[in-house]
Amino acid sequence: MSLLRLSSVRAGYGGLQALRGVSLHASEGEITALLGANGAGKTTVLNAVCGLVPIAGGDVFFAGERVTGYPTERLVRMGLAQVPEGGKVFGELSVRDNLLLGAYSRRGRSSRAEVRDDLEEMCRMFPVLREASSRRGDTLSGGEQQMLAIARALMSRPRLLLLDEPSIGLAPMAAAEVLRQVAALRELGTTVLLVEQNVAAALQIADRGYVLEVGQVVLEGTAAELLASRDVRRAYLGRDYEGI
Amino acid sequence: MGTEATPLAEEPTTPRPGIRPAKVAGWALLCAIALAPVVARSGYLSSMGCQIATSAIIVVGLGLLMGYAGQISLGHAAFYAIGAYSSAILTTKAGVHPLLALCAGAAASALLALIVGTPALRLHGHYLAMFTLGLGIIVQIAIEQGKRLTNGFDGITGIPALDLGFICLDSDPRMYGATVVALVGCVLAARNLVDSRPGRALRALHESEEAASACGVDVARAKLEVFVLSAVMAAVAGSLYAHTIQFVSPEPFGVQFSVQLVVMMVVGGSTSVGGPVAGAALFTLVKQLLQDAGEKVRWVGYLDTVLFGSVLVLVVVFCPKGLAAVRLPAILGGRTFVGETRGDS
Repeated sequence: MSLLRLSSVRAGYGGLQALRGVSLHASEGEITALLGANGAGKTTVLNAVCGLVPIAGGDVFFAGERVTGYPTERLVRMGLAQVPEGGKVFGELSVRDNLLLGAYSRRGRSSRAEVRDDLEEMCRMFPVLREASSRRGDTLSGGEQQMLAIARALMSRPRLLLLDEPSIGLAPMAAAEVLRQVAALRELGTTVLLVEQNVAAALQIADRGYVLEVGQVVLEGTAAELLASRDVRRAYLGRDYEGI
Repeated sequence: MGTEATPLAEEPTTPRPGIRPAKVAGWALLCAIALAPVVARSGYLSSMGCQIATSAIIVVGLGLLMGYAGQISLGHAAFYAIGAYSSAILTTKAGVHPLLALCAGAAASALLALIVGTPALRLHGHYLAMFTLGLGIIVQIAIEQGKRLTNGFDGITGIPALDLGFICLDSDPRMYGATVVALVGCVLAARNLVDSRPGRALRALHESEEAASACGVDVARAKLEVFVLSAVMAAVAGSLYAHTIQFVSPEPFGVQFSVQLVVMMVVGGSTSVGGPVAGAALFTLVKQLLQDAGEKVRWVGYLDTVLFGSVLVLVVVFCPKGLAAVRLPAILGGRTFVGETRGDS
């Protein structure tokens, strides 16, 4: 069953149309990858889904409900969480406050004890956060901030996690660690829509994927199909047709 | 950096420092200054203390609005006026109990803030400043022209003393004591708010509205709530003012006072809770001193505008976090004047 479905969504910034009728879906419990070159509209898809970019046409369905035009905070309450590019942790707030903000939308749904248990759970998943608990967010390294951002998003107990380039700007080791954590999310039953520039790494952890080009889906399939696709290999994996 | 064994779920335990003599001395000095008017039973000191404390109550609210919601109000004198006139009118013309009148003023103020803030805070940018500037002018004109209720420029006399039942606040030192208690209440409430769930949301949206809403924070609503809270604080200050002076007229409630409140807040610093109090005290003291001096040497009395203008510019250029965030030289302990500034630790 698809948890998220976009049907010919058009969206843009001012006069620029970044999405020209994008249709895709993310199935429950799966990791869906969005691939494409810079400016293809991957981030815009995420922003349109979570209400940060106004939708000019088409519809977004989340958990069977038409959510086109819903304000971000309402979508968050419905179980959608976003990790923006670079994490955007709150630099002036402590790591602990960052995590508690993630649980902001849970008031009335979960008890304090449940939130505390989840804090503990996040520290188990990301041990570095336990040590940094009372430090300011901006004192963490890039990789640590990315983990904090993911943990903050998970604190809302999302059904769907939107991840925008979680490995960008990280050292190879940190990038691999972040992607390993993303793969582990599948075990928690969290559905993930992943935008990633590292196509090979993304397709290794994803179940399905879409390739975007100038605001349109040009290719879709399972991760294995995409990995085997001549177009994907030529355009994103640095292989020539002769080498395939 | 905490030890590895500290579970994150518990409050981070900072190593409890021993009792610092400098800190104790600082608090003792502060208490001594705050108590002086009461101990000395001095009418002059008390009335100045009242002025400082009432201004400080409003500035604490403004500080929350500016420091955390990132919005400026240029019309808080209007809410102050609503509190003062509600108390004045209801107690003199309708015989309402002063405490009830105070609550009515606060409620009216909250309602007005809700009406003005709802459209203004849905827009991005500094529209609230314009909306409130307009509100300030409208309220002042309404007071001047609504003669049947407000007596226009003549003002309302004969406002009764605030009778709390167990004590009647019928002298300046007593009224000063009550105002200080109200101020302490507001400061504690503000501190609590900042450390709580809504406060966390406010601090987050101050950093990035988009990231805050991605955490599920309703940004417009959070801003509106803090605006309403600051309006209520201003109204309470207005009621206390009315009962202290026992006379209200339109003059002290103009746009000029709104601007002065913003100056107090900026000079004191809005990101620490103690900053607004320091700003209000400094501003009111200097203003009063200049005014007193102006009675002897006329031109000194006109210096305040020049002085405050220059101080405002200097503060904004050299210590944008306000005087409260200025670190003392290392020889004096290297600490800030008024506690730790948030985000400084």
